[in-house]
Amino acid sequence: MRRRQTPSQTVGPFFAFGLTPGQYGYSALSSIADGTMAGPDTPGRRLRLEGRVFDAGGETVPDAMVEIWQADATGRYPDGRSNTGFAGFGRCGTGTDPEHRFVFETIRPGPPGDGQAPHLNVILFMRGMPRHAFTRIYLADEAEANASDPVLSTVPPERRGTLLAAPGSRDGVYLFDIHLRGERETVFFEP
Amino acid sequence: MSDTSSRDLPGYAPFDPETQPNWVVPDYHSSASRSPGRPAIPLVQTLSELTGPVYGHGAVQPLDHDLTRNGVTDGAPLGERIIVTGQVLDEDGRAQPDTLIEIWQCNSAGRYIHTADRHDAPTDPNFFGGGRCVTDEQGRYRFITIKPAAYPWGNHPNAWRPAHIHFSLFGPAFVTRLVTQSYFPGDPLLAHDPIYMGTPVPFRDLLVMDYDPEVTEEGFALGYRFDIVLRGRRATPLED
Ligand SMILES: [Fe+3]
Repeated sequence: MRRRQTPSQTVGPFFAFGLTPGQYGYSALSSIADGTMAGPDTPGRRLRLEGRVFDAGGETVPDAMVEIWQADATGRYPDGRSNTGFAGFGRCGTGTDPEHRFVFETIRPGPPGDGQAPHLNVILFMRGMPRHAFTRIYLADEAEANASDPVLSTVPPERRGTLLAAPGSRDGVYLFDIHLRGERETVFFEP
Repeated sequence: MSDTSSRDLPGYAPFDPETQPNWVVPDYHSSASRSPGRPAIPLVQTLSELTGPVYGHGAVQPLDHDLTRNGVTDGAPLGERIIVTGQVLDEDGRAQPDTLIEIWQCNSAGRYIHTADRHDAPTDPNFFGGGRCVTDEQGRYRFITIKPAAYPWGNHPNAWRPAHIHFSLFGPAFVTRLVTQSYFPGDPLLAHDPIYMGTPVPFRDLLVMDYDPEVTEEGFALGYRFDIVLRGRRATPLED
């Protein structure tokens, strides 16, 4: 007999002490992951991702949680056997930054195969969202690889820009805002 | 480049529209402004979706699964001690071993340790409310905790959340990620809770734990069973 999927429910407003305790200053539990995904010894080029989440009214969301899953610098997804210490997974709440940003210190992923451009996979959670949303972050300066990416090619051309992280003012810094609604609404995927 | 192609890995079944809530649940008011406006674009699963973070037994500390002990400062937490256990399966009934489960909840007075919780109910210096564990070879997990209480929220006049425990699971791939809540059987608040009611009939029952005398331990704690089903393999072979 096929079993039915357990329904998703919102992460709610009070996830921080359970899922991101270190970031929010709760000491009873250690964090399994946070925004610092790579250390100085992780092979690869540094990538710092900064962004905010905007609701339908254009307000920044102060209680969202963003999770990142990405390949290492060679394009390989970590499977727990790697000895570089790179787990490929990061988690950051928007509640500790004065501007409600999420910030990830990581490395640039390599191309993961299947003709795909380098990208980071994203899950977005927040109070008000009965189930989470998937999106992807591509790097704006990988124009050639992005042009032939099989997933980007399924996105209407005028919306592809919502999936591109733009280089910021400092080297290695990229900006990626998420808009839930409106003209700049981020493309979400149903994998 | 990876040495495996996505064709060598199984695809996962989509979110089941019959059991999963929509992004917008009209009676859950904040969902209107906090959900995507346009439909999600279907995505053929690649290695990016078919792999996922690995957090095994090394990720948890010995007391992480026991919320009656992991937040103690000078005594035992107040409230009704309970055991919550179950099995993590996929849609074909296959056990999901080595999957990380994280939980969080309020205390026996209905108050979260979270600094943003303004409910006028006491915190408990001996209860933190967060825990985690990793499933065994049969996909089983087990937590010891304190029964959480109902708490008020601002969704509508005199709104109260039914007692619940928040659950977060990884599963074998990025697409099997699940965040949910488990509720207690017979709670009269369920019928008034737009978050619980936002799940389609008749599948909202899947969110309610069963009281289980077999799990209950004499003289120690009542036992509840909550099995969790993650997205399973696709019924048809993965196409390019
Ligand atoms: Fe809650």
